[in-house]
Amino acid sequence: MFPTPIAKQSRGAQITYQAMLPLALILWLAPLLAVALFSVKPAADFTTANYWGWPSSFDGVANYGKVFLQSDMPRYLLNSVLITVPTVIGAVALSCMTGFALGVYRFRANLWIFFMFVAGNFVPFQILMVPVRDLTLGLGLYNTKTGLVLFHIAFQTGFCTLFMRNFIRALPFELIEAARVEGVSEWRIFWFVVLPLMRPAIAALSVLIFTFIWNDYFWAVVLTQGAESQPVTAGITSFNAQFRAAYHLMSAGSIVAALPPVAMFFLMQKHFIAGLTLGAVK
Amino acid sequence: MSAAPDLADRDSWFHRNQQTIAPWLFLAPGILFFAVYVIIPIFQSFNLSLYEWDGLGAAEYVGVRNYEDLYWEWVDRDAFYTSLKNNLIWLLMYLLAIPAGLFIALFLNQTVRGIRLYKSLFFFPFVISQVVVGLVFTWFYDPTFGLLNVLLGAVGVPPINVLGNENLVTFGIIFAGLWPQTAYCMILYLTGLNAVDPEQIEAGRLDGARGVRMLWHIILPQLRPATFIAFVVTIIGALRSFDLISIMTQGGPFGSSRVLAFYMFEVALSEYGFRMGYGAAIAVVLFMIMMGFITYFLWSMYREERGY
Repeated sequence: MFPTPIAKQSRGAQITYQAMLPLALILWLAPLLAVALFSVKPAADFTTANYWGWPSSFDGVANYGKVFLQSDMPRYLLNSVLITVPTVIGAVALSCMTGFALGVYRFRANLWIFFMFVAGNFVPFQILMVPVRDLTLGLGLYNTKTGLVLFHIAFQTGFCTLFMRNFIRALPFELIEAARVEGVSEWRIFWFVVLPLMRPAIAALSVLIFTFIWNDYFWAVVLTQGAESQPVTAGITSFNAQFRAAYHLMSAGSIVAALPPVAMFFLMQKHFIAGLTLGAVK
Repeated sequence: MSAAPDLADRDSWFHRNQQTIAPWLFLAPGILFFAVYVIIPIFQSFNLSLYEWDGLGAAEYVGVRNYEDLYWEWVDRDAFYTSLKNNLIWLLMYLLAIPAGLFIALFLNQTVRGIRLYKSLFFFPFVISQVVVGLVFTWFYDPTFGLLNVLLGAVGVPPINVLGNENLVTFGIIFAGLWPQTAYCMILYLTGLNAVDPEQIEAGRLDGARGVRMLWHIILPQLRPATFIAFVVTIIGALRSFDLISIMTQGGPFGSSRVLAFYMFEVALSEYGFRMGYGAAIAVVLFMIMMGFITYFLWSMYREERGY
């Protein structure tokens, strides 16, 4: 293990390390902790310039209550869910198939198609912006969740294919060959042999895509407007316009908007990190 | 499904050619989606960059005039080169996330009690959306109550309005961006460190390698895959920077924090007008810059593939 385990070092080093850990963490998360503190302060603290002192009263319930009851925030959150979940399902489904095709079969165009997906996944959004917006307008899907979902599925297929293909490459190929010798059709090999083995990859990819899509801002601004279809990342700007200078409410709103992916991360931590670091080790 | 159909058409044309056809059937839906929403729009943007179009009326062919306008800055004074310069600053500064991430990973790569929770909490900034990161840092920099100025005030430095200062603003935004990006690199390196071969470390120790020398000669070579991915995601992330700028400054003050990605959006789709062709030309420039990196990444991957 590198660096040398602290347990093998002097008592002094151990105590120093144990003391530094929480300090470093507080420093690291300071901007976030500040927002958390703001979100439980009453409005009066901001008018009396008591920004950083102890809250004159704890108004967390009132502040968060206002976010949920007197703004469009619940609407935005619901929109985010309705955009994110179908995208995850669609992108994972498509990439299970593309990943299988590119991971199992040897044909000449294989690597080129794979590289097309990988390269497409890295292009700047701006080169797609005008044509995709036009296409969405043409389909009558501008300012709808469906329009956003369709684009997200298509774009995420690039990254998902990269991920799935590499995962399938690492599976034991003998399994597939054995099934072929038995005369099992290719579709059934996919469905009954490979797909069950892909479960960890599907889980990892799902949490990852959930976070990516939930946090998307650019496409939400380009393809939607207004509370009926905007996800929470775009909605938070209207929210902040509604509560201009009400820092306690804007802070509470930000925390609410940020929470779902955070919850997802803590619940599915193992899968999340496995997904993010696939390929970081051989 | 029963096994019967399988046996029945064992000799059919489809069955005999199954292994040639099957990959294309599996690929079809994915390729269709990807072509319609990603590949074709790239070509459409290239084409559009040769037109003048307001998004509604008829498009007028203008040849390379949009590019000339960019090159000479005839339309927006000091916009294109400022964006280009800021993109370069982003690219260089953003790379700091890699050593910073490695540093934190080394700090956290221990087995004391509760370390797992610490690792998760350090990773936190990456999970929250850039919109929230932008808001959080806007307040952090606020000249009247921001935490930064409270801290500066404590050591006697007068308040600085980071986001209102033309020379500081880009660095201020990049610093905000480095926060989640460092977390990302950290997690890559933590995973990489987990897989470092303990025998090589022991061998190194016997040879007297310690500290920085050990890190440089024995650990870092084994972290190469993690470093490669960290480079890819950091460079792409730097050139894609849009959310933070849009939330924190809207490109201001006086356009001094624009980057190509934001400038393009501003030109094509904001209250400043719907100059789609001109925007497409900016997008093409950004695309060409990124394509240089993408080609290099693909080339590295290709060599890796052939190595198998």
